[in-house]
Amino acid sequence: MAHTDDEILAGLAEIVNEETGVETADVQLDKSFTDDLDIDSISMMTIVVNAEEKFDVRIPDEEVKNLVTVGDAVKYISSAQA
Amino acid sequence: MTVSLTPTQPVPGSQVLGYGAARGDLDVPNDDIVGPINSSDEWIRQRTGIISRKRASADVSLLDLAKKASLEAVENSGLTGSDIDAVIVGTITFEYHTPSLAALLAYEIGADGAIAYDMGAACAGFCYGIGQADALVRAGTAKNVLVVGAEKLSDIIDPTDRSMSFLLGDGAGAAVVSASDVPKIGPTVWGSDGENWKTIYMTHSLLEYKENPELGFPTLRQEGPSVFRWAVWHTADMIRESLERSGLSVEDVDVFVPHQANMRIIDQLAKQLKLPDSVVIARDIEDTGNTSAASIPLATHRLLQEGKAKSGDVCVQIGFGAGLAYAGQVVILP
Repeated sequence: MAHTDDEILAGLAEIVNEETGVETADVQLDKSFTDDLDIDSISMMTIVVNAEEKFDVRIPDEEVKNLVTVGDAVKYISSAQA
Repeated sequence: MTVSLTPTQPVPGSQVLGYGAARGDLDVPNDDIVGPINSSDEWIRQRTGIISRKRASADVSLLDLAKKASLEAVENSGLTGSDIDAVIVGTITFEYHTPSLAALLAYEIGADGAIAYDMGAACAGFCYGIGQADALVRAGTAKNVLVVGAEKLSDIIDPTDRSMSFLLGDGAGAAVVSASDVPKIGPTVWGSDGENWKTIYMTHSLLEYKENPELGFPTLRQEGPSVFRWAVWHTADMIRESLERSGLSVEDVDVFVPHQANMRIIDQLAKQLKLPDSVVIARDIEDTGNTSAASIPLATHRLLQEGKAKSGDVCVQIGFGAGLAYAGQVVILP
């Protein structure tokens, strides 16, 4: 079953929290993974793989660099599961 | 007339008899290498878990490192050089295309006339070698096989490279594989993914360097995040398969020795595999660095020497790297 954008955001926030310790409330659509949440490239890959599993989507390596903000990731996952 | 040939006589199993190790003679802490990559000790520790790496002086050759590790492995196995009838060396840094390092090494340790060849499976080299040694011994083709992972990676690094040079160290690790009444080396799970070779690569070929010396000597690079993703999630599956094919599960593991590529990969692998807290995990990378084919025997040797691992322990080991070659197996420690 497809997840709503709100569910994707909440799920991503949990994944980010588990990997980095960033509070789930701080994981908002307009936040940049690197600049605002201070997530490095290795943590980003861990987050991507856990998101793939959680939302049953595939995010290719070349697509990961386009996921600048949390909103970019929510949008990609939302369209990929459609 | 159909001629029936006499085959070699197979034996029931193989085992590792002993390990040997040789690390580079120089300690190179993060502070010594951060300048050219505009980085910091903290940045390297956080991303890789490395505090310092071992590198070899200019006058220490790859053969010197391999010989030291090999002589110790042979001695720890209760053998002498003349007992060794096959020498397999995993390396990507021998300075000659030919002859092989293995042939020179066999001669140097007194293994006169031994089968000898090098094998280019990069960071998977040692586990590829153990897989081959297991097959040679069980088939009755060889009696005592010396498997060596040896690298002088400092010869192929670029101090200004931010992708991987700062990870790398120099060293050699060796093990002797011999016959056993019961199998003490499990089935090897191995392969490659040549389609994605560009994730770990040399900047250019030696021929290109010969034609255009201004390119500089070829050096190693990687696409870090892609390698991380492949290394963790593909490798975790291969480890589960190694255990399954040996008739074991994660709960049976005493010691986990993954290739010492990056502490973050080691941590993620342990997490993905849900290893029990009782499992001893090799973390030799912290002060040795990533020594490619040498990293697994170096780490295992250290755990045995420090008493953190003991004879009879169930050890699962896996190497993974360039060519996207990978190999892993379960070994009962000597």
